[in-house]
Amino acid sequence: MTRNQIAEELPNLAESKLTALVVDDSFVNQTIHQKLLNRLGIENDVVTNGKEAVDVYCSGRNYDLILMDMDMPIMNGIQATKRLREMGIESKIAGVTTRANEGEKKEFMEAGLNDFQEKPLTISKLLSILHKLNFYVQT
Amino acid sequence: MDLVQMQKSLQDYTKSLFLEGILDSQFLQLQQLQDESNPDFVSQVVTLFFQDSDRILNDLSLSLDQQVVDFKKVDPHVHQLKGSSSSIGAQRVKNACVVFRSFCEQQNVEACHRCLQQVKQEYYLVKNRLETLFKLEQQIVASGGMIPAVELGF
Repeated sequence: MTRNQIAEELPNLAESKLTALVVDDSFVNQTIHQKLLNRLGIENDVVTNGKEAVDVYCSGRNYDLILMDMDMPIMNGIQATKRLREMGIESKIAGVTTRANEGEKKEFMEAGLNDFQEKPLTISKLLSILHKLNFYVQT
Repeated sequence: MDLVQMQKSLQDYTKSLFLEGILDSQFLQLQQLQDESNPDFVSQVVTLFFQDSDRILNDLSLSLDQQVVDFKKVDPHVHQLKGSSSSIGAQRVKNACVVFRSFCEQQNVEACHRCLQQVKQEYYLVKNRLETLFKLEQQIVASGGMIPAVELGF
């Protein structure tokens, strides 16, 4: 998608100042996910596992959106999502994983996700997440 | 070779990687993310993939060479390699990892050894081809030209 096409899809995104947290242990995926978010003008930070995500929230930081990988060392995406919800965190959490069988997807959703996308992430999939989670104003 | 010929060679070379199934549309996604603010984005991500993969393949070789293979260690490595190869569009590496994982599930050591060889073969192939692609791009940029967009027509 060109920049103009993206702007047409989400005309108010520039003013929205959305923030996102990328939670993924793979440097390859971190780099790609951050670039996708940057392309859509979404400020973002990155952590490498679920425990770091929980710690970031415990330190008082907050994000509109979390892109949560499932398989990570120390604390995986399911555990981190459950923990964040137990803490009362209401940020939108989108699970992004290569694990796509129905059982694994169900377990991840039931941990407290708002949306789920199969990796690899693309601009279209990220736009789909943002649309689903109502991160834009329809004109 | 003049600039136009170099650009045509690059386009043909890139197309061949897609036609041979070495790369898939995810690689195009990465190319579309590359822009003036980050003109080396694709090569940066691919370099990270090479570094990751070298480490994972080394760990896999060590794990499979143990007297008693711990599949709880092997499978996550293969899963990680499947994930990163899928993220950069290295289709044949990803497919080889899918087969590898199925043999991990069966705890079939011999088949896993064969799978590791297959994954390594596909990995070295895509590594070699991408390194050539980046060299062609560098030659074009050094000659003052632009990298042409790939039109695949499929």
